[in-house]
Amino acid sequence: MIALSDYLVVSAVLFTIGIAGIILNRKNIITLLMSIELMLLAVNTNFIAFSRFLEDPVGQVFVFFILTVAAAEAAIGLAILLLVFRNRRSIDVEELDSMQG
Amino acid sequence: MTIVQLIFYGCSVMLIGSALMVITSKNSVKSVMFLILTFFFAACIWMLLESEFLAILLVLVYVGAVMVLFLFVVMMIDIDFAAMRQGFTKYLPVGLVIAAGLLYALFTVLGSEAFGPGAFSIPDARPADYSSVTELGMLLYTKYFYPFEIAAMILMVAMIAAISLAFRGKRKGTKSQNIGEQVLVKKADRLRIIKMPSEKSASEETNS
Repeated sequence: MIALSDYLVVSAVLFTIGIAGIILNRKNIITLLMSIELMLLAVNTNFIAFSRFLEDPVGQVFVFFILTVAAAEAAIGLAILLLVFRNRRSIDVEELDSMQG
Repeated sequence: MTIVQLIFYGCSVMLIGSALMVITSKNSVKSVMFLILTFFFAACIWMLLESEFLAILLVLVYVGAVMVLFLFVVMMIDIDFAAMRQGFTKYLPVGLVIAAGLLYALFTVLGSEAFGPGAFSIPDARPADYSSVTELGMLLYTKYFYPFEIAAMILMVAMIAAISLAFRGKRKGTKSQNIGEQVLVKKADRLRIIKMPSEKSASEETNS
């Protein structure tokens, strides 16, 4: 059978891919959002694996709430992305400097 | 190698491969497609962990709603994908170094005694009549009912925020509700009462 560490390794690799995606695709907001989704998926997999191996369903409840918040975050993020594109005709993160950040 | 191990390793390899394609593919539409594939394989792995409800939820809510939203937005906006890729090779060494460092740190933790392969005993398979939906529902609707309601409120606030962000206001030529007029309407504007003599039904006429 499959041990807990196997699941943890898979989700660690997935989380690292999400981090690498944020560093590599610094210009494209869409890919940034998708990298965040990958990281959330890794975290959720961890939660479910621990919930299974500790025989505690509370981990699944937490995943439920993470999914809810992630869906809300994706919807608002995409709406903001649409506004940015409408106003500036580009979604380059490096051009978003009007707040002097 | 058992069938479970075969499924697990197959799904894991495909999961990591499609996740890599998400961050490296040139076209954002392709990225979204690979992200959908990633979610499918993650749902398979969640199935192996016997949380069927969340696996189905991931496919229905994530693939069915959120990813379709992503696809809509990606296809709606007209971006120069080639220009977006500038800097990919510039950041590649930095990204690889940070990823390698993070992986090293994570594997150091995972390889320790606390999380190593022998740290947790493998739980017995659940009986055939076990339902993860029931177990999750019993918790959600009793102990976690208040957070559950707050989650519903978060979704509603997100919906209102997304609509009000993307709504451009009334423009000429578009048809929309006038709520003030709808509320102020009187009975006389909608309903006309006419007086007419009542008709006799056919059966009454034959009797008389």
